[in-house]
Amino acid sequence: MTRYIVQRLLLMIPTLFGVAALVFLLLRVLPGDIVELKYAGSGTFAPRQAIEREKAQLGLDKPLWRQFVDWIGGIARLDFGISMWTGRPITYEVAIRLELSLELAVMATLVAVLISVPLGTLAALKQDTWLDYAVRIFSIAGLAIPSFWLGIIMILVFIIFFHWLPPLTFTSFRVSPKANLQQLIWPALAVGYRYSAVATRMTRSAVLEVLREDYIRTARAKGLWEKVVLTRHALKNALLPVITVLGLEFAFLVGGLVVTEQVFNLNGIGKLFVEAISQRDYTMVQSLVLLTSFVFIFVNFLVDLVNAWLDPRIRYQ
Amino acid sequence: MRPTLRSARPLVITALLLTFVLPASLTFGAQAEKPRNGGELVFAVGGTPPSFDGHRETTFAMLHPLAPHYSTLLRFDPQAYPKIVGDVAEDKWTVSRDGLTYTFKIRKGIKFHDSSDLTSKDVKATYDKIIFPPEGVASARQASYGVVKSIEAPDPYTVVFQLKQISASFIANLASPWNFIYKADILAKDPRWYEKNVMGSGPFVFGEHVPGSYWTGRRNPNYFMKDRPYLDTFKAIFIRDTAPRVAAVRSGQALIEFRGFNPAAQEDIVKTLGKEAVVQESPWICNLTVTINSEKKPFNDPRVRRALTLAIDRWNASKALSKISLMKYVGGVFRPGSQFATPESELVKLAGFGKNIEASRKEARALLKAAGVPDGFSFTLKNRNVKEPYEVTGIYTIDQWRQIGLNVNHVMQEEGPYFNDLRQGNYDAAIDFACDFMDEPDLQLQKYLSAKKSPLNYGRYNDEVLDDLYDRQSRLTDKAERLKILRQFEKRVLDEQAYQFHILWWQRIVPHWSKVQGWKVTPSHYVNQDLRDVYLKLN
Repeated sequence: MTRYIVQRLLLMIPTLFGVAALVFLLLRVLPGDIVELKYAGSGTFAPRQAIEREKAQLGLDKPLWRQFVDWIGGIARLDFGISMWTGRPITYEVAIRLELSLELAVMATLVAVLISVPLGTLAALKQDTWLDYAVRIFSIAGLAIPSFWLGIIMILVFIIFFHWLPPLTFTSFRVSPKANLQQLIWPALAVGYRYSAVATRMTRSAVLEVLREDYIRTARAKGLWEKVVLTRHALKNALLPVITVLGLEFAFLVGGLVVTEQVFNLNGIGKLFVEAISQRDYTMVQSLVLLTSFVFIFVNFLVDLVNAWLDPRIRYQ
Repeated sequence: MRPTLRSARPLVITALLLTFVLPASLTFGAQAEKPRNGGELVFAVGGTPPSFDGHRETTFAMLHPLAPHYSTLLRFDPQAYPKIVGDVAEDKWTVSRDGLTYTFKIRKGIKFHDSSDLTSKDVKATYDKIIFPPEGVASARQASYGVVKSIEAPDPYTVVFQLKQISASFIANLASPWNFIYKADILAKDPRWYEKNVMGSGPFVFGEHVPGSYWTGRRNPNYFMKDRPYLDTFKAIFIRDTAPRVAAVRSGQALIEFRGFNPAAQEDIVKTLGKEAVVQESPWICNLTVTINSEKKPFNDPRVRRALTLAIDRWNASKALSKISLMKYVGGVFRPGSQFATPESELVKLAGFGKNIEASRKEARALLKAAGVPDGFSFTLKNRNVKEPYEVTGIYTIDQWRQIGLNVNHVMQEEGPYFNDLRQGNYDAAIDFACDFMDEPDLQLQKYLSAKKSPLNYGRYNDEVLDDLYDRQSRLTDKAERLKILRQFEKRVLDEQAYQFHILWWQRIVPHWSKVQGWKVTPSHYVNQDLRDVYLKLN
């Protein structure tokens, strides 16, 4: 197992290198560069000389291979460089936003788990009853309603009926739990609901499948309490695919809540991503792609380990 | 039934009351109200500042949070825009007889936020950085000061600018809100220090900045105007998207957004705020134009370009688009209502600006026929992927062209590819824009100079007549003479050659909470942002 873990960790390096090379090239292929965009975007009369000077300042006058080597060399030393747009270190810009994004991802996952596991299990146990239908309607609605739309509706309701809006600036949970939750609970609910819809349907079908297994019949034949049959034997096994889905969704939430972050004006990684792309902030986009790729790979790795822990039949070599 | 005098009496009395008594009471009321000290102004900003260096940046998203920390040499008087008054300079300055030497006296007692004195040395260092930037330092508006030969500081409170030639726009350029006065000692050590740090002499001292989230400032107790600023603190919240920005004002989490909103957002805000809402409006020094690729056939024929402008009914556009967007005023190359604007009686004589649209379109069809395309043709209009006001304007323009037999494909593009295509000449026609901080021909006409001279000209034409007219007007200080040349310039660009032509000028609409007092809207969202006169009214 240890060998497997080390192997998986080492495999991350070439994967991330491939991602780095790909994103570096793709960004250079996109039309428009940061300096031209900055001046043209504000309609400023900037002579060619000023534009060239600014490009040189950002290192964009160097050959592409040199830019790539400099960047990769920096990453090897854990120096992600500076944002071409703000001039501040990338690690600083990302760190400011990462706390919010991680917290929101955790909260949304909690919301999703708290909704999906009980509802999905209940729906499976009460298959084809009104309860099952109600849960299915609830989960299909969750799939159909985009979380940003739900967010917009929430904001409109708050403003029209309560003349209130969640705080627009982030306060860390450590500083003020109340202010923190006031801001993040709403997007967490909006995102968590959609997220729970996927997980509810997955839980329902997994539990249904497991309940038909021989070992469940055996457990029941042994005279075990239904509660024990369900929690210890059925649910534990049924949760394997649910955990895989939850893991993938969690990784997505860290950097993918672009529109929801915009709707609630959250200063998170998703918003930073979009701004960096529209500003052609090459170094920032490259670093964010690397970060989100790392999160995806690492969460997948963790999911595999958790699956092995939950199911003794799974053994990695 | 005809109204009688008796029946009209209440109306007359009401009219008299509205005409004389109400304004008078409002005026006296306003005079009686004393600005209140204290409080925090929270405002929204529709973007984030890239660096903190005003000399380098070009976005209002830098200016709105940063301007309160800085002074400038001169400034526009917001109560009497475009009057120019001194900021760190005294209100009076001298100009030599030959118009080449400008001497400014610096006010005594102005201090930077670190308590050091602001002197002429700092003003000189600031303008040296803007006009003659050292190696590796970016200066966005260097080109606007090409006439400056040297800057001298003969004593601690005198600054002298020597020009190479007479410049009509020089004083206005010194009132640029971007030209923050920096500290000479800091610039000497590191000319790029101001990109990441703040040290000014403005009404507010830097507080805190959380990138992407907010920016704060607190009252400068040593500000040179002893009774200002009124506010204790300010907080600028960065909200890039319009919907949450509107929501922020509606909820009261932000009391104002200085750049402005469109009519729909204004309506939402006013409906929510009710009596607490105040709406300030002004014509805006921003416009949308159609730029035509003069290198491509059949657009290389001036008759075709002229037909395109003739087909557009601007007067109807003003009525239709102003209801749903910022687009409002019909005007030529200068903002309608500004001192340089062409009067309506002359404007209607320019191609496409006449009020008889049927006659204009008839002429347009005739021109297309003469140019060898009697049945019209197909082309693409490239536009920025920004809903307001770009998309609506694109749609309107295309519909106008359809009426003379042109079949136009509307391509909305993200900013990067859009500007790239314009720069590379990879387009037929495009919706372009311009926004300036003041009404000044030297600024507004740069866009129409030959492409080899102006990077803002995407029309890919070179026209020595225009370049010559530009140079001549720039050196004229006699207003009447200058206007004469400006009219020639305008006629050539919009009418004879129709290289680029305006659709409409914008309307700036700033709805805000009535408790925000002391701020007056101006035709530019770049000026009057130092917040020194702003105070909060008690409700």
